[in-house]
Amino acid sequence: MGVARDTVVVFRRYFRRSVTSPLLVSVSLIQPVLYLLLFAPLLGSVSGLSHLAPGGAYNWFVPGMMIQIAIFSISSGGWSLISELRSGVLERMWVTPVSRLGLLLGRVLRDIATLVVQAAIIVVAAVPFGLTLRLPGLLIGFALVAVLALLMASVSYAGAMRIRSEDTFGAVVFSATLPLLLLSGVLLPMSLAPRWLQGLSDLNPLLYAVNAERALFAGTIADATVATGFAVIGGLAVLSVALAVREFRQAMV
Amino acid sequence: MVGADLHHEPRKVRQRIGYVGQQGGADHSISGRSELAFQGLLYGMSRPDALRRATELLAAFELDACADRRTETYSGGQRRRLDVALGLVHLPSLLFLDEPTTGLDPQSRARMWEEVRRLRAQGTTVFLTTHYLEEADALCDRLAIVDRGRIVSEGSPEELKREVAGDVVTLVVDGDRAAAARLLSGQRFVRGQEPLDADADSLRVYVDHGRTAMPMIFRVLEGGGMAVRAISMSRPSLDDVFLRRTGRSLRDEAA
Repeated sequence: MGVARDTVVVFRRYFRRSVTSPLLVSVSLIQPVLYLLLFAPLLGSVSGLSHLAPGGAYNWFVPGMMIQIAIFSISSGGWSLISELRSGVLERMWVTPVSRLGLLLGRVLRDIATLVVQAAIIVVAAVPFGLTLRLPGLLIGFALVAVLALLMASVSYAGAMRIRSEDTFGAVVFSATLPLLLLSGVLLPMSLAPRWLQGLSDLNPLLYAVNAERALFAGTIADATVATGFAVIGGLAVLSVALAVREFRQAMV
Repeated sequence: MVGADLHHEPRKVRQRIGYVGQQGGADHSISGRSELAFQGLLYGMSRPDALRRATELLAAFELDACADRRTETYSGGQRRRLDVALGLVHLPSLLFLDEPTTGLDPQSRARMWEEVRRLRAQGTTVFLTTHYLEEADALCDRLAIVDRGRIVSEGSPEELKREVAGDVVTLVVDGDRAAAARLLSGQRFVRGQEPLDADADSLRVYVDHGRTAMPMIFRVLEGGGMAVRAISMSRPSLDDVFLRRTGRSLRDEAA
């Protein structure tokens, strides 16, 4: 009864649960397209943005967008975990001999799958607007999104185990994601910011994810920016998985 | 515990015990069959085995008709039966049931009692917690009364009821209940008494023989200048055991 087998069992359940909810599926699919349609057209009009990336505004904006949906995904996992905590669903799983790591990773895997699909929709939808695709960079870019999703989901689960109330969780997540998002350079380049703001932004791990993703979309692979992005996000992901597993283990003595 | 060391073999213990929480634990948006099969997988069964076991349990708990519907469409009784079935997927030798009939209608409760009796007949040890003393009386071979986290009384229902030997006389007095209690407390035929929390002027008196005690109670109280407005006699129930052991009535506490 290995961790891998338990992870697959748990993943299948949650994945099936997600795809059998028509509302959830349609919202998850429409959301990324909305970002693209309602915000990206503004970019062309902001002077100084078009020369940021070779190929124009979309090649600059879409990689940032992929990081942004990953940031926003942080609330969803923890939210559903809290409702399962309160309804006894988790308790029922915890009394079984299933591996605690498998219980966590199965859920996280579902979250990663959802996010990768959403990111793919953004990319495909942006092609008609002039996004140019460079294959190796694109694939590595998706790998980075998956690692970021792993980080976000496990932070979300660890936080949810601590907070255990949907209301508080929602408020905490919102007030944490807002500065993280604004200081990541997703919406506007941080090079436009005053120095003190840039200094703050340098402390934001998500900045390195955004920079790496943009480099990858520009076709640069063997680059310090890319390596830094993977190192920062990957390192934090390992830490947060360890933290979430600890929370899972402690909760069910 | 169940033949395994709780500290060194927690996995083995988990494999041998079942647990059904008070809230249940079936996901609303998943069908009963999927939930049962998933629970089997969590216990390490293969997929075909888990599906077979799910079908078995659905039949045993008469859930075939709603097996493939989302559990949010289930009635209270169906949901509770599914909860218990989820705890039995791996054929545990010890099953913990936390208030299995809370919130159920009388018919569903009777069904649940049948299930518990059937499990016991099959050799499963059922550890049941309940707020309903008649439920404990009907289902348990051994029971313990727990008050504020401590076991205050333990034994078979019969043994516990025997502790409250004799009969219980409940009376309603005209006037001060405390004064009536003082008058009766000196009497040799009175084994004990409790004020009844629900009514300010009611009193419960424990006596050996109710029929002979009632006239004596009248005489004592009238001799003390008090009138009895109503009087009744009953055999002791587990409620009386609880009352005597904890000084409180479970019903009052729950209300």
